[in-house]
Amino acid sequence: MKYEAVIGMEVHVELNTLSKVFCGCSTNFHAPANTNVCPVCLGMPGVLPVISKRAVELSVAVGLALHCTISRWSKMDRKNYFYPDLAKNYQISQYDLPLCANGYLEIPIDGTTKRIGVTRAHLEEDTARNTHTIGGGDSGVDFNRCGVPLLEIVTEPDIRSADEAYAYLTNLKQILQYLDVSDCNMEEGSLRAEANISIRPVGTEAFGTKTEVKNVASFSGIYKAIEFEIARQQQVLEEGGTITQETRGWDADRGITFSQRAKESAHDYRYFPEPDLVPLVVDEAWEQQIRESLPELPQARRERFITAYQLSEFDAGVLTADKAMADFFEATVDAGAAAKPAANWVMGDLQKLLTERRVEIGDCALRAEDLASMIGLIEDGTISGKIAKDLLPEMLDTGKAPKLLVEEKGLVQISDSSELEAVAREIIEANPGPTADFRAGKEKALGFLVGQMMKATKGKANPKLANEIIRSELAKTE
Amino acid sequence: MANITKADVEYVAGLAQLTLDEATKERLVAEMGDILGYMDKLNELDTTGVEPMMHVLEMSNVFRDDVVTPSLPRETALMNAPKTDGEYFLVPRILDTE
Amino acid sequence: MSNTWYEKTAHEIRDAVRAGDVSAAEVTESCLDRIAAVDGQLKAFIDVWNDAARAQAAQVDAKIKNGEDPGPLAGVPIGLKDVLCTKQGTTTCCSQILKGYRSPFDATAVERLADAGAVFVGKLNMDEFAMGSSTENSSLQTTKNPWNLECVPGGSSGGSAAAVAGHECAITLGSDTGGSIRQPAACCGCVGLKPTYGRVSRFGLVAFASSLDQIGPFTKDVEDCALVLNAICGRDLRDSTSADLPVPDFTQALKGDVSGMKLGMPKEYFTDALGAEMREKIDTAIKVLEGQGAEIVEVSLPHTDYAVATYYIICTAEASANLARFDGVRYGYRAPGVTNVDELYRKTKTEGYGPEVRRRIMLGTYVLSSGYYDAYYLKAQKVRSLIQRDFNEAFERCDAIVTPTAPTPAFKIGEKSSDPLEMYLSDIYTISVNLAGLPGMSLPCGLTASGLPAGLQIIAKPFDEETLLRVAYTYEQNRGFELAMPAALRAQ
Ligand SMILES: [Mg+2]
Ligand SMILES: [Zn+2]
Repeated sequence: MKYEAVIGMEVHVELNTLSKVFCGCSTNFHAPANTNVCPVCLGMPGVLPVISKRAVELSVAVGLALHCTISRWSKMDRKNYFYPDLAKNYQISQYDLPLCANGYLEIPIDGTTKRIGVTRAHLEEDTARNTHTIGGGDSGVDFNRCGVPLLEIVTEPDIRSADEAYAYLTNLKQILQYLDVSDCNMEEGSLRAEANISIRPVGTEAFGTKTEVKNVASFSGIYKAIEFEIARQQQVLEEGGTITQETRGWDADRGITFSQRAKESAHDYRYFPEPDLVPLVVDEAWEQQIRESLPELPQARRERFITAYQLSEFDAGVLTADKAMADFFEATVDAGAAAKPAANWVMGDLQKLLTERRVEIGDCALRAEDLASMIGLIEDGTISGKIAKDLLPEMLDTGKAPKLLVEEKGLVQISDSSELEAVAREIIEANPGPTADFRAGKEKALGFLVGQMMKATKGKANPKLANEIIRSELAKTE
Repeated sequence: MANITKADVEYVAGLAQLTLDEATKERLVAEMGDILGYMDKLNELDTTGVEPMMHVLEMSNVFRDDVVTPSLPRETALMNAPKTDGEYFLVPRILDTE
Repeated sequence: MSNTWYEKTAHEIRDAVRAGDVSAAEVTESCLDRIAAVDGQLKAFIDVWNDAARAQAAQVDAKIKNGEDPGPLAGVPIGLKDVLCTKQGTTTCCSQILKGYRSPFDATAVERLADAGAVFVGKLNMDEFAMGSSTENSSLQTTKNPWNLECVPGGSSGGSAAAVAGHECAITLGSDTGGSIRQPAACCGCVGLKPTYGRVSRFGLVAFASSLDQIGPFTKDVEDCALVLNAICGRDLRDSTSADLPVPDFTQALKGDVSGMKLGMPKEYFTDALGAEMREKIDTAIKVLEGQGAEIVEVSLPHTDYAVATYYIICTAEASANLARFDGVRYGYRAPGVTNVDELYRKTKTEGYGPEVRRRIMLGTYVLSSGYYDAYYLKAQKVRSLIQRDFNEAFERCDAIVTPTAPTPAFKIGEKSSDPLEMYLSDIYTISVNLAGLPGMSLPCGLTASGLPAGLQIIAKPFDEETLLRVAYTYEQNRGFELAMPAALRAQ
């Protein structure tokens, strides 16, 4: 039997407000344990929450970017369960009236786009962090993270493969980064994704029993976990077994999911409206104000790059995948560089150097104007592309302007014919074999000889000129 | 009289994280049955079309600005903790990854 | 006894202190002496702050000496229900689960009273987590009714009521979720006022039922109520549910005049359930108001019969979540010898709470649990809307509503403690006011034949505490009797 996967994603993303969602403590949870805490986020007796306007606005912004309907009238609810990372033993969340509902996100898949339905996005508070590295049979609880605003984004079960899940996550992350609502750092937990996975025979409608894969630290981990889980469920069914509804963890080292024997307690969260907070009303004017403040989103930017800069769909996609990268590309073009070479440099050498150095484009010394002027220097023949390749790492590390580096290092291209004629003659003399080959009609030998010229000039020879000169010298000495 | 069983009492006690001895369970079966039975009185009322009260005052949109205010000194935060190492609140080792 | 300042009202003390006729220190000593003399019998206080009170009094006196304004409650000794967070001493809600708990902050109402020049003399007994109508549910002690030491003082703010009635201090603060200020005020023969929901910040009030709780004063007379309201009302940015409305000068409402006012008598409150003697007390009181020019009209609050059921669904549901935080992790009691988290919660909660608190947590958990939410919690919130609508309609026909505060005077200690439902029904006249978020007040309206106080309840429209005070003041000025010092506490 052929099976298809039915997958829904749940993403929790920490909103990058300065202060927590219900109190004025800093959201910097890297501070020493339990130093960004107050009576409110510690759930001390007698305290009351007051909701952050900014957290609501960021949530609505995400909702709008995901084409959601924004609830005119919504409210916060209490979700009751006991766990040491919850200060009040209830989480202030949203139950039946989320701020954002019924949206979608379009993902490019197999050369077309597919809509993944977004069921809802709701605002809630993050939990504390438990550490198990404390001795003496105890765990430690650090409440710095408790109360950081968290947006939970839930999809419809529209995803059919690990590839689609991966595309959904990367596109969602792009949007969140474009909106600048979150750091989206999975390792630090500011973005956390869970997948609900079931399979069913192709052509059937009914859902199979789902498993929930949690606690995966990367998108590639989720990709692998979903692939594994689909195969595992298929094998269970093919062997005549049944799928158990459960939460499963991901063992990245062994590449397998495993059953997490969750507590017996049924999930009876006893939601009810939070009486300590008053209703949230997002009227048309406020919604419009937030809509107008939205930046250009990845999809729109991709399309604009194709039309405005005549870039290929592929190039536009790569460039807009990362907002900072796209910004840098546009700044380079704005500084006078032609779009195509700018795109090639940004996507190619620059990207590679940044990856090697594990540095973000915003954090390196390179300025877009300098990349533009480097491209200008190639264009006007001052330096060769080869020289430029050598210059870029230095520009990146030192922030020096390319003109300055070229002067300091004497890297100006040799475009003086007489100088190159002398070099050409030496090369012809030193390479009688290839010279003879060329004269015998083997055009390929010319490339070798030009290469030798470049080598002899340490790459400073203007390649076009070097080519012409060696031809004419070969003709002369024949 | 609402029909409250011992199983109901045990289920609710589980949700509320209470451990009840047999005598208490028996007593709660009777008392909760009595009280919930009294509450069933509300079923006499037709509430079709009546909005449930969300908030007694007609208020909405009470917000904080996104401004950081001072947190507690850690000694104060931990001052009442039954068990701490001076940095963390300590609880018996958490085994579940849930 | 060095002096009798303890017998005075707050406005008398304030006037004398501000005029330099007496020092705050002398008044404070008088109260501390009185507490030392009678609290062994009354057991209203669970903690007396002798040193802190003296220090606060000294500050008031220093201000006066320096020519600074010592505040509108200068030198007035005030006691605080243990449900209010205070940096001084402990805040335990009279529960073992919060034994020894020290709050890092003061409740907003406490802060505001301190700014007004008050002197805090200590913390007062209450039903554990304010759950009760007799103060018998305190895990610490049983407070006695000053008028009859064998009777309860009412509850849950029984300590606050007994302390004022027993002249241990001029003013106390209590909290009222379903009558916990008005009912003990009626039982003990003092003035008790529950402001409109949202009038006083709940920040620093340990939550029982968040949508119903409100802080309010116990005083010896109506004027003192106005003084306390002036100090504690008003918006607080730390409480989202505190109303952003201007606070009037409530003393301006103290006019001995109700001519032209319409007072509504809800027929559902004057049934056979109200004892004949109580009925007569209330009728007499209403006659006094009629004599001062008020027009008495009959009104109807048709859903009155459903209030107790509605109330106990909502308050237990909210309480089940509000009390979840007491788990032995960050503060409070932790059961010894626990080896895992589940055990930590279960043992701590089971050992830390008293039986009434456990019962209410069970009820509240049940009414919210899967499959029962619609039948109980949601239904109750709908009926709550109906109850509020009843009042809105009644207030189209009158300016204030007058009712008894409680169906009977204070009952004997132990008399009702075996039947929780019967105890719940003793809140029958006070509960609707909380459900509708209205201001309500109880005033002494005489003593029964057995020498126990009866209480008259006045209810006004939302944020119309001024009408409440005006009606109360008029009654007080014209009632034709003075409440003597309770016999049991005389000649101490
Ligand atoms: Mg969530
Ligand atoms: Zn905080």
